[in-house]
Amino acid sequence: MDIPQGSLFTKEHEWIKIDSDKGIIGITDYAQHALGDVTFVELPKIAARVKQFQGLATIESVKAASDIFSPLSGEVIEVNAKLENNPALVNQSCYSDGWIAKIKIKDASEKKNLMDTAGYKKYVEELDK
Amino acid sequence: MELIFKKSSPGRRCTMFSKSDVPEANSIPLKYLRNTKAQLPELSELDVVRHFTNLSKMNFSVDTNFYPLGSCTMKYNPKFTEDIAKLEGFTSLHPLLPQLRLGGLLTQGALEVLYCMEELLCEITGMNNFTLQPAAGAHGELTGVMLIAAYHRSRNDKRKYVLVPDSAHGTNPASAAIVGYEIINIPSNKDGLMDIEHLKEKLTEDVAAIMMTCPNTLGLFESEIDKIAKLAHQKGALMYYDGANLNAILGKCRPGDLGFDVIHLNLHKTFSTPHGGGGPGAGPVGVKKELSEFLPISRVVKRDDGTFYLDYKRPNTIGCIAPFYGNFLVILKAYAYILLLGKEGLIKTSEHAVLNANYMLAKLNKYFTSPHPKRCMHECVLSGVHALDIAKFLIDRGIHPPTIYFPLIVKEALMIEPTETESKETMDHFIECMIEAARLLKEDPDALKKAPKTTPVGRLDETKAARDMNCALL
Repeated sequence: MDIPQGSLFTKEHEWIKIDSDKGIIGITDYAQHALGDVTFVELPKIAARVKQFQGLATIESVKAASDIFSPLSGEVIEVNAKLENNPALVNQSCYSDGWIAKIKIKDASEKKNLMDTAGYKKYVEELDK
Repeated sequence: MELIFKKSSPGRRCTMFSKSDVPEANSIPLKYLRNTKAQLPELSELDVVRHFTNLSKMNFSVDTNFYPLGSCTMKYNPKFTEDIAKLEGFTSLHPLLPQLRLGGLLTQGALEVLYCMEELLCEITGMNNFTLQPAAGAHGELTGVMLIAAYHRSRNDKRKYVLVPDSAHGTNPASAAIVGYEIINIPSNKDGLMDIEHLKEKLTEDVAAIMMTCPNTLGLFESEIDKIAKLAHQKGALMYYDGANLNAILGKCRPGDLGFDVIHLNLHKTFSTPHGGGGPGAGPVGVKKELSEFLPISRVVKRDDGTFYLDYKRPNTIGCIAPFYGNFLVILKAYAYILLLGKEGLIKTSEHAVLNANYMLAKLNKYFTSPHPKRCMHECVLSGVHALDIAKFLIDRGIHPPTIYFPLIVKEALMIEPTETESKETMDHFIECMIEAARLLKEDPDALKKAPKTTPVGRLDETKAARDMNCALL
């Protein structure tokens, strides 16, 4: 199970990599593995406002359709348009080329509700018990 | 098997047309004409008959094999009900007849069937009124949530949310969203039941309804359902019952008595009418009397002299949700099924469905992980294995796979619903195949990956099918 350093994580298996007031969001290796082959990602609209832990995008795989929740509140400033034609990027490279959306962070204090790498690693290990 | 296009031979025909003695019209504008010739196969009538007869032999159904597709209740559809639905007095009716001036007299039998069916469903479920119009389960859900919206609207009560457990059928949140509600997901607790503490947190006076399935999709009875209903009603929210699993509790308890206000049934599950390709569906919706005025039109009404008519004058109705009165012959089959079994028979179907599922669970939980291994209702859920590979392997053993990857909260879920109509021998054969699959998973997982081998096309690439859908042929 690959969990990168430097990102923050949700219980629903999203990651956010923060760069000053912006954050890149994607799903974790655990999530892409559980979903299986991703077949479609419904991306959010640019300028959409999202609240922490509320629906940001929808992802479909051969097994299920699921919501992707936003790790922090903010405004969508960029989406990964490559996923429209190549949703497999989420499976191949969930932490880089398979990112979902970029947001402008509204309230950095919400970070306290997220897990760091060590915390998320422990969380996933508990789930697998 | 070869595609029909491969069998094509230039110039071969089924039918000979006589030469046209009418001048050719040229009235279709050029822009609507195709540029290339239609790619139609050229075949004789015998070629076509053989092709489709051979294709039909590949059909898989409850009438040919065991079909333990969890949540779908693929039980045997008794042929008796088909005989009833074939009676000429029913088949030759036209749906407009009841609306002709004296037409009502020609359709009294059919209207009486609808009227009596409503009464029977009310008795079975503990509701006050039913509409039999919705043409499928999801259509029933949509109708049910529209009724809930109409109820709140009539009280000038603006509510925004519908609460749905994380084990729900996907159609529940979809139906509520189409009506315009926002969905809030309520997680399950460690026992697989709705987490009441979490529910209390989310249950505000902005909540229009809680949608639940009971027993839920893990095959577990929501043992605190009366408490949940009480909490909902205290906040002015209504309780919606997804009837997908009603077949587990017939004659044991009634959703109306448990505190539900609106319910949809799937006649093709609980009351054994054919599924999908076997015939159109029916998803009747029942309500408590507080919601009766909103039911869709038409309504079958009994006059004082004992005759029946269709009433379209209902000022507070949500309107028409389907033409005429739903899929009449499906309703008729379910009506015949209920009368055939009677009260004692219906109770026994539930008892046998639950017994059979527990037999499966008891025999298989040594070989698979079960999230709730002790007891189940009419279906059981196993997990922790390569569900897809097991499913494909079972096809080679002549068994339709169980539902896989549902409910979503169970990893690699395999959801098994044997139904009440299967014999012990059939279930034992299934159990043996499952044990063999468990053994292969350990000893030779690659063998499972190669399944199925006995089907015309082998293992399909499901990912490619979903990602590269090619609609050009449609």
